Amino acid sequence: MFIKKFIDAAGWPRIIIALFLLSLFATAPFVGVLVSTSLSNTLERFGMNGVLVLAMVPMVQTGCGLNFGLPLGIIAGLLGATLSIELGVRGVVGFAAAVGLAAPIAAVLGYFYGHLLNRVKGSEMMIATYVGFSSVAFMCIAWLLLPYKSPTMIWGYGGSGLRTTISVSGYWQHILSGLMAVKVGHLAIPTGMFLFLAAMCFLVWFFMKTKTGTAMTAVGSNPEFARASGVDVDRMRIVSVVLSTILGAVGILVYSQSFGFLQLYTGPFYMALPAVASILLGGASVNKATIWNVLVGTFLFQGVLTMTPAVINNILQTDMSEVIRIIVSNGMILYALTRKVQVKR
Amino acid sequence: MPETPLLKLENIGKDYFGTRVLSGVSFSLNKGEILGLVGENGAGKSTLMNILFGMPVIAGTGGYEGSIIIDGQKTEFKSPFDALEAGVGMVHQEFSLIPGFTAAENILLNREELNRSPLEQIFSERVSTLNRPVMNARASKAIKTLGVDIGVDTIASEMPVGYKQFVEIAREIDRTATRLLVLDEPTAVLTETESRILLDALRKLAEGGIAIVFISHRLHEIIELCDKLVVLRDGKVVREAPAKTSSLREIAAWMVGRQVDSRSGARRPEPRSPELEDLALSVENLWVDMPGETVRDVSFTVRKGEIFGIGGLAGQGKLGIPNGVMGLFPAGGKVTLFGKPVKLGAPRGALDSGMAFVSEDRRGVGLLLSERIDWNITFTAMQVQNRFLKPLLGGFLLLRDDAAIAREAQSYIESLEIKCTGPGQRAVELSGGNQQKICLAKAFVLRPGLLLICEPTRGIDVGAKELVLNTLRHHNEEYGTTIVVTSSELEELRSVCDRVAIVGEGRIAGILPASSPAEEFAILMMGKTGQKQGSGSDVH
Repeated sequence: MFIKKFIDAAGWPRIIIALFLLSLFATAPFVGVLVSTSLSNTLERFGMNGVLVLAMVPMVQTGCGLNFGLPLGIIAGLLGATLSIELGVRGVVGFAAAVGLAAPIAAVLGYFYGHLLNRVKGSEMMIATYVGFSSVAFMCIAWLLLPYKSPTMIWGYGGSGLRTTISVSGYWQHILSGLMAVKVGHLAIPTGMFLFLAAMCFLVWFFMKTKTGTAMTAVGSNPEFARASGVDVDRMRIVSVVLSTILGAVGILVYSQSFGFLQLYTGPFYMALPAVASILLGGASVNKATIWNVLVGTFLFQGVLTMTPAVINNILQTDMSEVIRIIVSNGMILYALTRKVQVKR
Repeated sequence: MPETPLLKLENIGKDYFGTRVLSGVSFSLNKGEILGLVGENGAGKSTLMNILFGMPVIAGTGGYEGSIIIDGQKTEFKSPFDALEAGVGMVHQEFSLIPGFTAAENILLNREELNRSPLEQIFSERVSTLNRPVMNARASKAIKTLGVDIGVDTIASEMPVGYKQFVEIAREIDRTATRLLVLDEPTAVLTETESRILLDALRKLAEGGIAIVFISHRLHEIIELCDKLVVLRDGKVVREAPAKTSSLREIAAWMVGRQVDSRSGARRPEPRSPELEDLALSVENLWVDMPGETVRDVSFTVRKGEIFGIGGLAGQGKLGIPNGVMGLFPAGGKVTLFGKPVKLGAPRGALDSGMAFVSEDRRGVGLLLSERIDWNITFTAMQVQNRFLKPLLGGFLLLRDDAAIAREAQSYIESLEIKCTGPGQRAVELSGGNQQKICLAKAFVLRPGLLLICEPTRGIDVGAKELVLNTLRHHNEEYGTTIVVTSSELEELRSVCDRVAIVGEGRIAGILPASSPAEEFAILMMGKTGQKQGSGSDVH
């Protein structure tokens, strides 16, 4: 009885993937993969990606669909990061400056993005995908032309235009993941990053409990009902898109401080799909998502993504980790998309 | 009469899953005769026609009793094809035209003129091309018979509704074998002049020897066109009479006869509230652009503490009135509530002025199906009146008060006897009646000065119906809430309301006290416009 209840609550896709992940951890020691290192990697990636996945929640809740336009938020985050480096501020202040600069940019971009999505109700996800694509393309030009001067960021030759990869070491690398980090043997727990993620989750959860948050949920659940109850549906949708975009900006900053690099140009291209897949794996539907969906989904997705290449590499005795990683991640994205539950009206 | 009737029905009966919808229906129809079939919604007209046309739904639910005799021979149609073969043509209430095809293509569908070619010998007729000139000529001949001018090249989807109806009829005329034509409310979508043209065309067809069964809600058309009429009520033929000598009033009485005597006791007692003289709602020259329920020009007033009914046939605009007043559809005109003007076109304005609304579209507009019951009940009050919220940081943030929400919902679950597992159950899991009670609770929570409620008993069972209506009465008496009920069920309106307005073609056909005889309402509903009705219509 209890087991049946648990299965109903968790859903088969999550149980299957969790069992698969568990079996990977169980196999690991026998093929010479250190469980503690793998677990550390999983936890690190979980923390890195958490906020990016969280950025899906507000838009899903108002029925704007999955935020395939995440690159827009990421671009805002990268602008904040590069501006903060340009200003030369380091450490906590540098990171805070990056967040502080990125958030307003994201809010403005999100506002226009929201207006656009309000005009294409019913096909938000397709339009969002193209918003992501075209914003990346636009920024490819902008990164070259913007008058950045900081020598850590611009091309060594020519002396203008930003590099494709910019190191944040010396500025705010590991500013969160290094904070209060616990190390036991090979196992490292990035406490600071987890706390930051928890704080973000709490903020989103708290916001969803406010009057506006409740209205947003109702808009996603039945826009006609919300309208008849005097809620400005379009405004709620814009608020959710702005929130999602800001969270995307913050998300990439968390990601970069752990990764150690900013990836410009086509980097943001590849960020939306894993985040979408994570939240779907976590059990969200196209118009309903919870914080639990985010946490469970991110952990499962990143866990499988970390463990599969490691284990298979060691079994086959070759180095194909990158190939396997691509196959596994895209495979899981595909699986997640087929699992997406359409809420019946 | 020596002549064998073309069609003779003997003791036709039918029940759907134990519910009897037709019993002992007999009548006959001669060549060239026009028979008018009238009856209220649900009297069994459509079922009778389905039997006559051999629709699969009849065989699929256990067939029918009695016999259909055509030309003196007992026939049983297994499918519409058999019926077509026997010369029965039918024009359905819903258009069955292919939108992207031209008028000619639609009229000659499956009876196309083909160009002969040698390939036919090898590949059968399927490879033949269409002989368009001949097809167009045939189609235009059929259209001409009807006395209208429709281009044979016009695409069906681009035609006005009236034209579509004519094309449908032209299709039946083109069948050379057609001897009996059944028209199910052909004039419902036509304008006055188009109806006239159609009636003339039908008369011409009848002169040519085709027998016609004409179903219509517009009684004056029946009287004008038909040779005789058959009145169905509750699945039985209650009257067969020559049409020319029957009066509107007689027909209406035959149609609704039963309810007049059996249910009159249920009518509520005369209102005795002292503040009756005050105006609650006044509506002037309201127009509403609601698809399928257009309101053209409506004015009426509702007194404080009154229960006001809006009735009329589907599609005439009765639902448009509350939806327009509530701001759910584009609307114009002047609406005043308790002396203050209401902003149209925005639900927020209507809600702020103290109105509450229960939508006829329960699942589409009325409920958050995938959310909890308590959310459903309190959401509107929370958003509009800032209730069930806890202020935080000196009112900067308003946090949902989940405990208060559940408490409020629980009290309504008890008082309205909503059957559920608790305030946390999702609305989608409840039955129609209980969902409707949630919609009512949602409106009551707002403590409205005026409650607009549409189709309060649609899609719920008899027991729940009574409870819902009693709840409305109770709320009206207890709190003095002014209520405007819109319903397709006239009897429901007559039993619960003080006055009832009947809407026809987007205008108010008349307002009568609920105690007026049912025929008076029926006459207003059947759209005998242009003629001043009895004493009641000027009770503005």
